[in-house]
Amino acid sequence: MPDIPFLKHAMAVDDNLVKIRGLRFGYGRGRLVYDGVDIDIPRGCVTAIMGPSGTGKTTLLRLIGGQWRPTAGTVEFDGVDVHRQGRRDLYALRRRMGMLFQNGALLTDLSVFDNVAFPLREHTTLPESMIRDLVLLKLDAVGLRGARDLAADALSGGMARRVALARAIALDPEMVMYDEPFTGQDPISMGVLMRLIRTLNDALGLTSIIVSHDVAEVLSISDQVYILSGGKVVAQGTPEAVRGSTEAHARQFLDGRHDGPLAFQYPAPLLAQDLGLGAVS
Amino acid sequence: MKSAWQSLAGLLSGLGRATLFLFQLLAATPHALARPRILIRQLYMVGTLSLVIIVVSGSFVGMVLALQGYRTLSGFGATASLGIFVAFTVVRELGPVVTALLFAGRAGSALAAEIGLMRATDQLSGMEMMAVDPLRYVVAPRFLAGFIAMPLLTAIFSVMAIGVAGGYLIGVSLLGVDPGAFWSQIHANMHPLDIWQSMFKALVFGAVITWIAVYQGYHAAPNSEGVSSATTTTVVASSLAVLGLDFILTAFMFR
Repeated sequence: MPDIPFLKHAMAVDDNLVKIRGLRFGYGRGRLVYDGVDIDIPRGCVTAIMGPSGTGKTTLLRLIGGQWRPTAGTVEFDGVDVHRQGRRDLYALRRRMGMLFQNGALLTDLSVFDNVAFPLREHTTLPESMIRDLVLLKLDAVGLRGARDLAADALSGGMARRVALARAIALDPEMVMYDEPFTGQDPISMGVLMRLIRTLNDALGLTSIIVSHDVAEVLSISDQVYILSGGKVVAQGTPEAVRGSTEAHARQFLDGRHDGPLAFQYPAPLLAQDLGLGAVS
Repeated sequence: MKSAWQSLAGLLSGLGRATLFLFQLLAATPHALARPRILIRQLYMVGTLSLVIIVVSGSFVGMVLALQGYRTLSGFGATASLGIFVAFTVVRELGPVVTALLFAGRAGSALAAEIGLMRATDQLSGMEMMAVDPLRYVVAPRFLAGFIAMPLLTAIFSVMAIGVAGGYLIGVSLLGVDPGAFWSQIHANMHPLDIWQSMFKALVFGAVITWIAVYQGYHAAPNSEGVSSATTTTVVASSLAVLGLDFILTAFMFR
């Protein structure tokens, strides 16, 4: 095979934009969040990462974005190992990703317009007139063109996430990561966001990763689902396949049962013992 | 209970991290000059918004100095030297030091709280994910603004304390010191080197206070307690650093 970097890269390109292999990650001593996780994020699809609170779903997005480093394993974005990049190359990779944070993470000293224009002004040399047009188009896509002059801290939670979504797609990224996009949203905002995520993914040819524990909403707009629990993938596949999963952790999560492999009670001594009632066996 | 060794090790490792952060900050500072609008906004935030407290404090410090100085000097029949007494005290010591302590309390705490809140609300993480370095965009302009603002605020404090509403007002208008003697004593005895040394102190204090403030804010735990702790630590550490550095600088300057 001729030693041509482009050819090598083209041959290496597969259907998965993100490939995670043997991922291990923990906080401090003893608290292992991921214990050998393999995940593939196919190009052009909406992939949901689900699981109970505290399973490290947001952590996964930060690992994919290179903000945190895994203890072991690899995270590849378009064939490039995210955690083997220098700062400059990592930032170049991040320009191809967009991320919607749980609280929007809008810059509170800027207006809605300036928030969306922020990545364009930082990373392009486009004239201000063109930036204005692009920002208005992005804001129009999320239905907030009319809110361009509002201050970022004057927005409701739903509006802030839509502005953050417009900002996340400002540079036309290949992939957008959504961190709990539906948490705390009223039904109208939730419906709007769900439709936006699906529509933007299809219209712009994006790859989307949604981290959430809103089962019904996420399953209805996803092409592929992973359910994580106890540091491992406990179910994966299409929404239909996952709905029919018989794995105990997945079943408990999907059905919202309080009893199952995940105990409702945090490990503790017997209540009677804690209250000083009766004999301790 | 931490042992003394653990506390010392913690202090040293903290100093090491802060020093590394300073190097990163200095490397990012030229990029702040490329964003003059942000720099000007930060100059307004840390400089202009500190003006009221600086002007009022400068005036009162000057007035008290004039009262105390007049009382002391009148015992020697040397009230004509009131001007230079106030001027030396303010320019050499109280100007840079009191301004720095006030600056730490107003601007330093605000910087730490603002950056800490940006950390807590994922604004810094959001920038990192947009491939924008928060050190260049957020931290460096604030550091540079503090560095620039402190000497200017010190100059304003000194002018207020000596002339406009402080020493001159009390000494000349109230206590009847001859205005010609007041100014001529200053003119004859105050050297440009005194002023340059005062400005040098202000520059050092400004750099140290803003360094501590942005470091504390940037590394604040992302919760309300973390922001509160960063703010408190900024004011306490900055104040102690200013007083300690003032002693060292004074020892070298006025040998």
